[in-house]
Amino acid sequence: MIATREPDMYAFIWRRLPGGTVVRLVVSLLLVGIAAALLWYVVFPWLEPRLPLDGTM
Amino acid sequence: MRTALRIVGELSFTFGLVLLMFCAYLLWGTGSYTTQRQRALQQQLEQEFGQEKESRGLGRVHLGGALALLRIPRLGTDYKYAIVEGTDAEQLRSGPGHYPGTAMPGQIGNFVISAHRTTYSAPFNRIDELRRGDDIVVDARDARYIYRVSQKEVVDPTRLDVVDPVPGHPAQRPSQALITMTTCNPEYSAQQRLIVHGVLVTREARRA
Repeated sequence: MIATREPDMYAFIWRRLPGGTVVRLVVSLLLVGIAAALLWYVVFPWLEPRLPLDGTM
Repeated sequence: MRTALRIVGELSFTFGLVLLMFCAYLLWGTGSYTTQRQRALQQQLEQEFGQEKESRGLGRVHLGGALALLRIPRLGTDYKYAIVEGTDAEQLRSGPGHYPGTAMPGQIGNFVISAHRTTYSAPFNRIDELRRGDDIVVDARDARYIYRVSQKEVVDPTRLDVVDPVPGHPAQRPSQALITMTTCNPEYSAQQRLIVHGVLVTREARRA
């Protein structure tokens, strides 16, 4: 990945991760997993009943 | 300018991913809540069935409580759902819901139940496969009622007369015990309603 001066969230996170490419890859996958699990098990179940989705969809 | 675009682009990309994931959650994630609720509700029903084997009457039912077990052989021998009282979003998340005020299982009038088509385990996902003459088995507290599918129709959501005691005839007094199942049509949409009507054919002692 090309290091860039421009604000780039993903590149920024990547640069801040420790270790070499392999370790970074593992850690970033872990981070993605944590974010996904938080969305799936906490955010979505909280959000869904609050959205105006039809009752019997 | 490029910086702003980049930020907007990255945020849109992230938002898009989250949105896709949310759709996946609606289809496959919401079911685990229903599964968990159904386990508790069916257990509760079976317990009550065991205790009140000889009792008559339907017993008391509260909003969100289980009132009967629904089986539809056409949809598989393991097709079994506890019907809860009420059809608000909250109750439909637990399983098929009985419209309060409509007839109870086996009673003269229209026993109306509604359920999700695509989310929350989608209990009525395949009721479009039902054919005239198929059995709809309802195990209530007092007995087992077997209805037979008589009619299937797709209507506008505004057609509330399908839940009348005599469907389509608001003023008529019912003389038959009917069942009506309603869900969304087509799948993934709320544009229309799929309606399946049935007529009570048998009342028998409930088997455990």
